[in-house]
Amino acid sequence: MKVSRRTFLSIGSFIVGGAAGTALSPLPWKLTDDLSIWTQNWPWTPMPERGEVSYVNSVCTLCPGGCGISVRKVNDRAVKIEGMKGHPVNDGGICILGLSGLQLLYGPTRIKTPLKRVGEKGQGKFKKISWDEALKEVAEKLGTLRSEGKSHTVACVSGSACGTVPQLLKRLLTVYGSPNFMSVPTMQDAYAVTLKLMHGVDACPGFDVENADFILSFGSGIIEGWGSTVRMFKANSAWQDKKIKVVQIESRMSNTAAKAAKWIPARPGSEGVLALGIAYMMLRDGLYKKEVCDSAAGFEDFRKTVSENYAPENIAAATGIEKETIESLAKEFAGAASPLAICGRGQGHTPGSQYEFMAVHALNALAGNINKAGGVFTVPDPKYIAWAEPELDETAQKGMSSPRIDGAGSETYPHAKSLLNRLPPAILSAQGECPVQALLISEANPCYTLSDTQTVKKAFAKIPFVVSFSSYMDETAQYADIILPNHAYLERLEDAPAYAAGLSKPVIGLSKPVVTPQFDTKHTGDAVIALAKALGDKVAAAFPWESYAACLEETLGDKWKSLNEKCFAVVEESIEAPLQFFKQECKPVFAEGDEKQYPFVLMPYDSIRLANGFIGNTPFLTKTVPDTVLRKNDIFVEINPKSAGGDSLSLREGSAVMLTTPKGSAKVRVHLSEEIMPGVIAIPRGLGHTAYDKYLAGKGINCNELIGPAEDSGSGFDAVWGIRAKLSSVSI
Amino acid sequence: MNKQHNKAKKFGMVIDLDKCTGCGACMVACMAENNVPFKADETNKLDSITWLRVYKLTNGKSFPNADFCYLPRPCMHCEGSHGHSPCVSVCPATATDYSHETGIVSQIYTRCFGCRYCMAACPYHARYFNWWDPVWPEGMEKYLNPNVSVRMRGIVEKCSFCYHRYQLAMEKAYYEGRREIEEQEYQTACTQACPAGAIVFGDLDNPEHAVHELKKNPNAFRLLERLGTNPKVYYISSREWVRQAGDNYLRQEGKSEKN
Repeated sequence: MKVSRRTFLSIGSFIVGGAAGTALSPLPWKLTDDLSIWTQNWPWTPMPERGEVSYVNSVCTLCPGGCGISVRKVNDRAVKIEGMKGHPVNDGGICILGLSGLQLLYGPTRIKTPLKRVGEKGQGKFKKISWDEALKEVAEKLGTLRSEGKSHTVACVSGSACGTVPQLLKRLLTVYGSPNFMSVPTMQDAYAVTLKLMHGVDACPGFDVENADFILSFGSGIIEGWGSTVRMFKANSAWQDKKIKVVQIESRMSNTAAKAAKWIPARPGSEGVLALGIAYMMLRDGLYKKEVCDSAAGFEDFRKTVSENYAPENIAAATGIEKETIESLAKEFAGAASPLAICGRGQGHTPGSQYEFMAVHALNALAGNINKAGGVFTVPDPKYIAWAEPELDETAQKGMSSPRIDGAGSETYPHAKSLLNRLPPAILSAQGECPVQALLISEANPCYTLSDTQTVKKAFAKIPFVVSFSSYMDETAQYADIILPNHAYLERLEDAPAYAAGLSKPVIGLSKPVVTPQFDTKHTGDAVIALAKALGDKVAAAFPWESYAACLEETLGDKWKSLNEKCFAVVEESIEAPLQFFKQECKPVFAEGDEKQYPFVLMPYDSIRLANGFIGNTPFLTKTVPDTVLRKNDIFVEINPKSAGGDSLSLREGSAVMLTTPKGSAKVRVHLSEEIMPGVIAIPRGLGHTAYDKYLAGKGINCNELIGPAEDSGSGFDAVWGIRAKLSSVSI
Repeated sequence: MNKQHNKAKKFGMVIDLDKCTGCGACMVACMAENNVPFKADETNKLDSITWLRVYKLTNGKSFPNADFCYLPRPCMHCEGSHGHSPCVSVCPATATDYSHETGIVSQIYTRCFGCRYCMAACPYHARYFNWWDPVWPEGMEKYLNPNVSVRMRGIVEKCSFCYHRYQLAMEKAYYEGRREIEEQEYQTACTQACPAGAIVFGDLDNPEHAVHELKKNPNAFRLLERLGTNPKVYYISSREWVRQAGDNYLRQEGKSEKN
């Protein structure tokens, strides 16, 4: 067809005119608008349902801190956790983990029904079973072991020793006939031994941080999660307002060190030596409270030991801190009206060496601030659990008289109540049959949190019957034969004693269910009572309660009503604590490994953004982890640029490198940081999970895989704080 | 007209960096309150949605003189001059607007079509784009807050100073026959959560509100003040290097002589 000029123009103007007309009409805009409205109504974008708003007060039990929480609900859904105003511990404040607790409650790591293992141990393959089947199976196994006279081979690991549920577990073991109740040790246990040795009392330390006017912290992560987190944060802010000086002694600049008035980087592991060096100055210059100390038992011996061994020249060499700095530190500490020295590294989740704890406590003793405002209080166990002594049958008596597997309370370790760190070696070194035939685990994840996790897992694989009460599919639950899942923390009624959190006035909290149980779970308290009843006879007789709730109500007695209303009760109990100085028998704990072969010291560090205990990190927490700590699945270790150049490594920011310790090696990336002492490598604690969900598993490495336990000569606790390490090149 | 009509407010924040511990509770409080989604991998911070982000500033000195400080960064709710904040000026969809009633820069998700001009215009990186559909693991939708709509793929979102809390507080006040709200009736989720008490929120123009005095602190400063964005978030730091880091100063400019 021939297109004439006329046709071309008329077609052209039709197109142009049509386009212009359409553009001027509302059509394209209407279409764009419709398109965007359509995309906004995609059915997979959730529309949260509206409803009646209510608040439920409770106590957070994600850590022993004992904070009051107020949970906002819309109909039956919990939508937000907030701090409870007016609560004596946290007064409205809340920590990052507590805020994200709903991700645990509604998260994909919850165990939804009782499970029975079908795959290999540790493989994490389970099948669903009913509660009747599960409880029957556990009771039968325990019954068989008991009838074979092996009741003492049953052990229990509990996250804590305080509270009714741990005490019910302990009671079950006692009447069943096993002395092997263990709890996960923390710095509180090291402090408890210190108070026992230096005051002869059974007590927890209470730190009166609100009234102290000079804080000397030997590596304690005051704003990293040490003690009761929110309370310490508030104290730290109050110190800022009142211009109270905090001195932080630590080889890496933690958040606490950055906020402190003074940061003194001491050689890692030399904290105890430094404390005694300060004690030397106080004794030499007469800067101690003579009226308190001179009459104390063992003081002259203590003075002699310190004067002979801790002269400033030696201390300067051992700690890497100048003599003058130590001197002025001693003067400042002794010169303050209410100085307070604290220890327990980072969050205090590991006990630490008795040497260090006693040295630091000696400073408080010298300053005369024991049981004084602004000092350290000896806080007794509030003893609200007063059940009738159970009657033991012959089997139980026989079982209870056999020695503990972990050696706690024996002649070698007279002071420790439990030594979980000694359990794996005891299992692995035993000849013949495994000394632990059955293990019950509640609120603990030793396959992740104990040093040298490889060995721990090997030991767990040898235990013939493992029962986990975990609400979440953690590393230890994966080693279980039967899982009896507990309600999650916001679904259950339970007492939450916070007397082991360094509070000067201990608080008993009542954790109340915020929502009804989401899955087919059972309160561990009820599971324990059911097991006892199934075992029958005297075991059953020791558990006369109909249910855990009945037990709790009876236990709390006259406190029950007010606890139900307020969720907390402050306990005002004190205990006489005469001072006695210890004989210097304890030794510092050194980092394992040969210095020549391993030129660096590897130290784990705690971050408030990484939960590293029984509770795994929530997706929100992991989201806040900086990209200098984790990038994709690669973990970053911190190292001073001065240390990064040697050994033909010439590391740059982000370089991949092989980190090797006497316990193992792992590929890591380096983050060059001026905030760490040369020669030290810092690795974050809380990563490297193999269990849980895709939001946590496989990210980074678990520092406990590279670090071995270091048994403290005084207490028997694992006092490891680091290990020697080397870096070698690695191909990417 | 009606004399009782609401007095214009200028909501803002004063964040004490001496108290801020960098714990990140504000970030999580914000994410929990505002239904912010998360992915399996959030380590690429360029696409990780955090309305409020805590930055770490370092003084650049070497060991042992190194020092660092955390700086929480919500949306600055810039007033610019007469409400011409950088993002509002460039939005072709009128999806973001400056409210002269509250001083809050809004983000209207249903209007936004994802051109991201505002992200380019914002000098504080306070705006985030939804590159993916928000997906919660099965069952976790249960905790979503009905007061804040969930954003879909393809749009921009940012800190709203928890505007829904303002609306709820105002509704309550109106219901009770009041025209004004008390300082404590409207607080953002981050302010409420901060365990260190480092964040203070209120009406910058109201002498009865704490922020009114706090912003006059001689150590108070704002971020990139010289750009003329006129932000409503103030910071306080006793450390000079931190205050210096708040703007793009030349090496020796503005430093006191003793340094």
